[in-house]
Amino acid sequence: MSTVLENSERAVSESRANPFLPAPYRVLRNKRNTHDVFTLDVEPADGGNFPHFLPGQFNMLYIFGKGDAAISISGDPTKAQPLRHTIRRAGVVTQALEQIKPGGVLGIRGPFGVPWPVQEAEGQDVLLVAGGIGLAPLRPAMYTLLANRGKYRKIALFYGARTPEDLLYVSELEQWRSRLDLQVWVSVDAAKRNWMGDVGVVTKLIAKASFDPLNVVALICGPEIMMRFTIEELKKNEIKSDKIFLSMERNMKCAVGFCGHCQYGPHFICKNGPVFRYDQVQSLLGKREV
Amino acid sequence: MESLKKILAQHPFLKDLEQKYLQLMVGCASNVRFDAGTFIYREREDANHFYILRTGKVALEIHDGGRETITIETLGEGDVLGWAWLVPPYRWHADAHVLEMTRAIALDGKCLRDKCRDDHHLGYELMMRIVPLITHQLQSTQLQLMDVYGARK
Repeated sequence: MSTVLENSERAVSESRANPFLPAPYRVLRNKRNTHDVFTLDVEPADGGNFPHFLPGQFNMLYIFGKGDAAISISGDPTKAQPLRHTIRRAGVVTQALEQIKPGGVLGIRGPFGVPWPVQEAEGQDVLLVAGGIGLAPLRPAMYTLLANRGKYRKIALFYGARTPEDLLYVSELEQWRSRLDLQVWVSVDAAKRNWMGDVGVVTKLIAKASFDPLNVVALICGPEIMMRFTIEELKKNEIKSDKIFLSMERNMKCAVGFCGHCQYGPHFICKNGPVFRYDQVQSLLGKREV
Repeated sequence: MESLKKILAQHPFLKDLEQKYLQLMVGCASNVRFDAGTFIYREREDANHFYILRTGKVALEIHDGGRETITIETLGEGDVLGWAWLVPPYRWHADAHVLEMTRAIALDGKCLRDKCRDDHHLGYELMMRIVPLITHQLQSTQLQLMDVYGARK
């Protein structure tokens, strides 16, 4: 069985020969998810092949003349097309990406980064804990788990969002919730009275699920403070540090570990991450400045 | 009564409580049921009970005059509802709105307060169980106020 690193290196080597050269991609669809989140479907503008990617990897998306932004791939790695990214409007580049129409062209470098350890999780329970836009990088992992459902024991998704209006992939969540072989828990931080779902911090939901703490892998993606509280809750449930994986976020530029923009202690998030085993970053997490 | 004792003894909130205190709690406990749409209590009312929820769903709601009511937390099976019965001035801080028909064990907080006054060890035991509930709600509120899922400013 290939390791996470080998998989990652294979995916990178399958990307373009020059990792600094963006390839042109044509926008097929720009779909609004929430008031500040949208999903772009793209295809190679030169008619070439769609790149192979692994769940949890990211691309650098370019708006020529504006700049670039690191965006996790949110589509299905078992289908690979169209290439899909779910993006939150946060700055100049993402504002420009939000405005791009079908037929428009953007640049893409990638895929980059260490993926979620979905192969290593085979034979175990898998918990996915997502906060806000953090569901986007976890969605490819969920697709992979579901495409290979027989290889895993229990699968549970815990998803926290700001309000019901901020929930991503609502119809997909409903589909997943209707499956008997999947536990899906959704909670929002605050809601109006017409919301009949759960309200409260997502970490509280973890205690409600049943899983084997000795035979489980937890994948977490969300704001750092949410991930810290999630880890505390997982530890209360006796899950060991080497069974917890989290996706870190920093300002990435070169995406191949040269420029140092995303340095995080001894790590480069772009190259050694974004997915880390908790014990790799345990001493850094929660520090005011790293 | 025997089934109430069994349920209370197995609940994490009362884990490892001495038998004499557990028996006392059973004496203050009763099975209750609330239909969807009703309120278990309202903000500013006297807080004289607390509840161990067995089934159903309850929303803690706050409102600000004519503005829309906001749900700040939902509670369900296994959760403990209410801590204001042990903290002066013994008034509820939110409405407890029943979203789904709820069965619970109600505990007479007023009776327990009096007993805590007479037996400080019981008071300590209950305080050690209530404070984590308050802490949880405080931390949850902090996270909610931080708007961690919102865009970074």
